[in-house]
Amino acid sequence: MIEIRGLKKRFGKLHVLEEVNLTIGKGTLTAIVGPNGSGKTTLIKSLLGLVHIDRGEITIDGRKVNGDCAYRKEIGYMPQIARYPENLKVRELLGMLKDLRGVREGLDEELVEQLEIGREMEKPLRTLSGGTRQKVGAVIAFLFNPKLMILDEPTAALDPVSSSRLKDKIVAENRKGKTVLLTSHNMNEIEELSEQIVFLLEGRIYFQGLIADLKRQSGEQNLERAVAALMRGARP
Amino acid sequence: MQSSMTTRHRLGNGLLAGLVVLPLVLPAAAAQGALFPPGPVREIVVGKDRPIKSIKDGVRIASSGDRILVRKGSYSEGNIVIDKPLTILGEGLPQVDGGGKDEIFTVRADNVTIRGLLIKNAGVSFMHDNAAVKIDGARNCIIEGNRFSNDFFAVYLAKATGCTVSGNRISGNGKAEATSGNGIHLWHCSDVKVSGNYVTDQRDGIYIEFSNRVLIEGNQSEKNLRYGLHFMFSNSCRYLNNRFTQNGAGVAVMYSKNVEMRGNRFEKNWGPASYGLLLKDMQQSRIAGNTLAGNTIGIYSEGSFGMTVEQNTFSRNGVGIKLLGSSTDNRFTRNNFLGNSFDVATNSSETQNRFEGNYWDNYQGYDLNKDGIGDVPYRPVRLFSMLITDYPQSLILLRSLFIDVLDLAERAFPVLTPEALVDRRPLMRRVCID
Amino acid sequence: MRETLKLGRYQLRDLMRSKWLFAYSGFFFLVTFALFRFVGDGSKVAVSLMNLVLFIIPLVSTMLGTTYYYGSREFVELMLAQPIKRGSLFAGLCLGVSIPLVLSFLAGVGGAFLFCGSEVAQDLPAFLTLLVVGAVLTFIFVALAFLVAVTNKDKARGLGISLLFWLVFSVIYDGLVLLAVVCFADYPLEMPLLILSILNPIDLARVLILLKFDVSALMGYTGAVFQQFFGSSWGIAIALTSLVGWSVLTFILGRSCFARKDF
Repeated sequence: MIEIRGLKKRFGKLHVLEEVNLTIGKGTLTAIVGPNGSGKTTLIKSLLGLVHIDRGEITIDGRKVNGDCAYRKEIGYMPQIARYPENLKVRELLGMLKDLRGVREGLDEELVEQLEIGREMEKPLRTLSGGTRQKVGAVIAFLFNPKLMILDEPTAALDPVSSSRLKDKIVAENRKGKTVLLTSHNMNEIEELSEQIVFLLEGRIYFQGLIADLKRQSGEQNLERAVAALMRGARP
Repeated sequence: MQSSMTTRHRLGNGLLAGLVVLPLVLPAAAAQGALFPPGPVREIVVGKDRPIKSIKDGVRIASSGDRILVRKGSYSEGNIVIDKPLTILGEGLPQVDGGGKDEIFTVRADNVTIRGLLIKNAGVSFMHDNAAVKIDGARNCIIEGNRFSNDFFAVYLAKATGCTVSGNRISGNGKAEATSGNGIHLWHCSDVKVSGNYVTDQRDGIYIEFSNRVLIEGNQSEKNLRYGLHFMFSNSCRYLNNRFTQNGAGVAVMYSKNVEMRGNRFEKNWGPASYGLLLKDMQQSRIAGNTLAGNTIGIYSEGSFGMTVEQNTFSRNGVGIKLLGSSTDNRFTRNNFLGNSFDVATNSSETQNRFEGNYWDNYQGYDLNKDGIGDVPYRPVRLFSMLITDYPQSLILLRSLFIDVLDLAERAFPVLTPEALVDRRPLMRRVCID
Repeated sequence: MRETLKLGRYQLRDLMRSKWLFAYSGFFFLVTFALFRFVGDGSKVAVSLMNLVLFIIPLVSTMLGTTYYYGSREFVELMLAQPIKRGSLFAGLCLGVSIPLVLSFLAGVGGAFLFCGSEVAQDLPAFLTLLVVGAVLTFIFVALAFLVAVTNKDKARGLGISLLFWLVFSVIYDGLVLLAVVCFADYPLEMPLLILSILNPIDLARVLILLKFDVSALMGYTGAVFQQFFGSSWGIAIALTSLVGWSVLTFILGRSCFARKDF
């Protein structure tokens, strides 16, 4: 699904991504982990074309990411902090996205019900709490039945009920054959959701593979400890 | 238009009416009538199908006081000298053509009336002031209801007294100042009345020099090459209800005193050397109730003193009044200043003129005691207008916020602008001018 | 293009609900109305309004444009994750801010015109110039604000730079021009001065206004270049073209920065 070859990205003098090579298979559910500033968000933004890469090549579903925007039809993105035009109502926002994409059918609006935002539909976005906005973000990510979903800290601001419903939804979609790429700081969540893990530190990939393999390599039972061990090992 | 209708009307009423109306037009003519007792008046008819075919023949056989009726047609006879008191009347607007060479009528006798002719193509000359009608040293002549077309000079009065020039329509060749003469030209005249004429495309519309007690009333002078009205060394004259529009250099009045200018309109005279009204070395005169609108400079005053300028309206001029330092003891009261780019400009940091009780639409003061007079004095001279005098190119910054700030500062603490040039009693409402 | 319009439409709906714009509209309405009531004379009202327009519109447009852009950064990211071209998005943002501003300006001033129709009719060309100049200035300064905001990550810095731009264009620039006039008075300055005026959109708008209200004064200048510029319809044509050029150039520059930007 995703092929990254020799990706490099610098912001000024800061090398954010250094020689990233990564393959994400179709239908997998992969978590990207790494400490703050390790380049997770930049990597995601490179996939979305939000960030222009300096060197290397990214292919998504056989299409090269190079400025043309059509490939993003197949991507659902949920940003970490969701902010929207303040005076628009939720319904209008969703309407606008449908309008922009020109899609009216085959929409997946399950989450509207599951996350209980039906009664928020007529409220202006500025009146919504951070958590509710996050839910709106989730709805948007799933709305168009994308083949690839990129979720940046999807559950960070959600209450336990919504969080678990969203996780159920992620797993269900993955089972249907959708590719999911997510980031999280919550290792339990990652263990619960995904099989594949990518460990990123200072712009380099230190591990990519099954969670089980990572645990085995590090000799730890628990993912959090395994990742911590990986970090210690990576730092000189 | 109106004057030609009047002419036709009078023609229709024939001889008797003409004689009755004449003394009314100019009271002086009545007095003259006593000197030349009306004998049996003969009427000589000139026409192409008549025994007398030329105006010259008509004049030759006529005796004093006769009337020559010129029938419709075209007459090209070179210079026609009129040396006895005659009335020459056109019927159906006959054309008298100078062929571009000669002066056409030269009047050397008193009590001559010329009416209802189209007199055209008086010759351009660099030696002689050829005119369509020249009155040379005569008295009590009337030039009325004629049309003048493409003449060098149209009506030229030299050393004439008690004459009337009225209701004529004068249109020159309008090419260049050198090859155009003046529309109505008065030189060493007195007690002349010029009224209801229309002059265009001449060098100066109306030109007056060394003449006294002239009344200029209800004329319209527009699109002349140089001045709409130009007078010098002419005292005790009155200029009433005339209209001067879009003349090359506007109106210039110079070296005269006891002049009254009232109810005139000076409009749209544009150009670096163009003025609604240029006053040079004028004395003890009165300019009242005039409208000066859309001129580059409304009134330009140089070396004038003792002038009273009141109840005039200055609107949408580049500069309402440009008052040079050489002008002293002039009084400006009860004028309206509306929408001028600059109300008053000067070249001096001092002034000995008085501005009092004018309405300035740029005035931003208040009137707490409600007496109709602003409680804060108004300084009509902007710093920027002085800047432009020294640095003309800065004109392009007109209406800039930066310039407004500078002006504001200067108004608060005058340094460059004349401190004495101030209206201490600015009006809160426009002056009603009837 | 269709994307731009769609985006713009939603933004329009978004902004039209903000009280801000009503205040803006109300301000213009009240000022215009008050000017008609207390000043009366149509052309005088037009001149006062012009001064106000030259001052307020660039200020509000830059400030609102900058804040709006910073306020919608996350929304921009969301939009960029959709299959939408960056150019369309930028255009949509730009129009989405400037059109509501223009509309509320027009509504405010135009609303007052309805009450004072007869005075407006007398000076119709002047009032139309006023509306056009106001609208074009809004576009230019919103585009400029976006350009600044796109190239500056930090909000405070971006706002500062926008404000500086406004200050330069509306006041400082003319001060420098005046300084140049005084320093180089002996040189032929007309052409450079005209060019300098063209390089500042507020000056350009001001020149348009001069052409409407101060032709009498302008004709008093002897220089041939000014005479030709101010005395013919060339002046108006050049000034209008340059104003449009300004809005197009600022917009294109902003768009290209936006296209190259990392979010």
